[in-house]
Amino acid sequence: MISIDLIEATAKELMAKAAIEIPDDYLDGLKQAASTEDGDLSSYVLQAMLENYEAAKQDRRAMCGDTGTPRWYVKMGNGTMIEGGPIALEAALRRATAQSTYELPLRPNRVHPLWRTDHNNNIGIGAPEIEYGYEPGGEWIDLITVHKGGLFGTDYRMLFPSDGIEGIKRFYLDCLVAFGKRGLACQPAIIGIGIGGCKDTCMVLGKRAACLRIVGSRNSDPKIASLEDELKELGNSIGMGAMGFVGKNMVIDANIEVGYCHTGGMQMSVHAFCLSSRRAVARVFPDGRVEYRTDPEWFTDYQRRETVEWEPMLEAAE
Amino acid sequence: MKLRQIELSTTPSAEDIASLRLGDVVYLNGLVYTAREGVYMRALEQRANIPLELPAESAANFHCSPAATIRKDGSFDLGAVTATASFRFAKWLPEWMAKTGAKLIIGKGGMSSKDYKSYFVPNGAVYLSTVGYGTGALLGRGVENVEAVHWHEELGIAQAMWVIRCSRMGPFLVASDLNGECLFERENAKIAGNLERLYAGTKPATLKRFGETDDRTDEVIG
Repeated sequence: MISIDLIEATAKELMAKAAIEIPDDYLDGLKQAASTEDGDLSSYVLQAMLENYEAAKQDRRAMCGDTGTPRWYVKMGNGTMIEGGPIALEAALRRATAQSTYELPLRPNRVHPLWRTDHNNNIGIGAPEIEYGYEPGGEWIDLITVHKGGLFGTDYRMLFPSDGIEGIKRFYLDCLVAFGKRGLACQPAIIGIGIGGCKDTCMVLGKRAACLRIVGSRNSDPKIASLEDELKELGNSIGMGAMGFVGKNMVIDANIEVGYCHTGGMQMSVHAFCLSSRRAVARVFPDGRVEYRTDPEWFTDYQRRETVEWEPMLEAAE
Repeated sequence: MKLRQIELSTTPSAEDIASLRLGDVVYLNGLVYTAREGVYMRALEQRANIPLELPAESAANFHCSPAATIRKDGSFDLGAVTATASFRFAKWLPEWMAKTGAKLIIGKGGMSSKDYKSYFVPNGAVYLSTVGYGTGALLGRGVENVEAVHWHEELGIAQAMWVIRCSRMGPFLVASDLNGECLFERENAKIAGNLERLYAGTKPATLKRFGETDDRTDEVIG
């Protein structure tokens, strides 16, 4: 049984880490980008961002004033029991979100879509989102918070098999060029691409590809992995950099996730995370251990499974 | 090439503004106030009295909502500060400028050169862009004090009018000038020459969408 108080305390710590500390994989990617950037303005912007990450850590203040729309991804081993059950878990995550909004502080971004009511705590109908995943073994819970910005850099399109890879590239470039102008997408960013699924799952896959995979990771399908490399390079050959200024760096990494889709379609979504790439992860165990990390490790073989039954023993034997 | 760095008052003289060049890096001293859709609607559509002497106290309108809290004792805790995209406020800005004498519009992404020429230049105003986006922690360091927060009960913390005393707050980039030139459009025009080659071999979608443009030089925001 995992203590609900420990879950809440860990969740609050994660809210702070996500808002304040740039994840190492993204930081390394951005430093690499900065070392290759030669546009006057775009180099200046990347240097300013690197200084900003240091300032945030030194002052323990949020990296960016738009602290995004905090959300939670929760994953559990199959044997996990939570004190108070799933209702207590959701209440703990909502409390941690509200208290951290007040204490850090974060910007209370969440409002009613029509009446613009703001509870000043990032809590409301459907907010924060809490999504779940499960893994075959173990008794542990992974708490992952992502504070993604919410206005620009994301789009969806129904493509068809006849659109092919050339159609995928076109829509990808359209998204980067349109949202990259004036830097609306807060690039250079991790770009997540969802292909397939249904419309909603396509969006979910793309968002998770952007927010739950780290820089340098590759899809387990080698052909998709090479498409990731190709799209990264394509995005960086637009000639556009930070803030839409002339530059070489638009994409810190391109991550693709796929899901089986309608036989007639090839849904596609594109999501830009941002220059603050806010994500933080902790695994909490029943014995009270808490292990913090920045890699969500979301996309396991189990999450990408294709078969009716999950038979890891059989896979291991192959 | 190193960018020129300038310190500027938030009640700048006409000469101060005239001396700014596209791409200059600016640090601000004095009072700035935040105003975005909530404040514009309240002041311009509902005709509420603006609770500040403008532009005497400040001619600097920041399109911003800070990451901030109003504590139970009424004091303020302000952490990071970054801008929101300004093009959405074009609807209100001409009237706002006429009413408040704002000379510095500060935000994300700038406006179009059409906006600059039609009402920024006649009002002697320029646009300053935040950097990044966004350097929220660096800008937060430039906050000396929160002087007041107006209309937070009516509009919520994010849309309220925050009055902030800044000391060397920055960096900002000069994104328009008194000729109505636009830094972002200048950069977009340089990039546009590369796009045809880039798109070669890609294919337009089989199913079209209403309102779509295939003109890659389109600024999209207008």
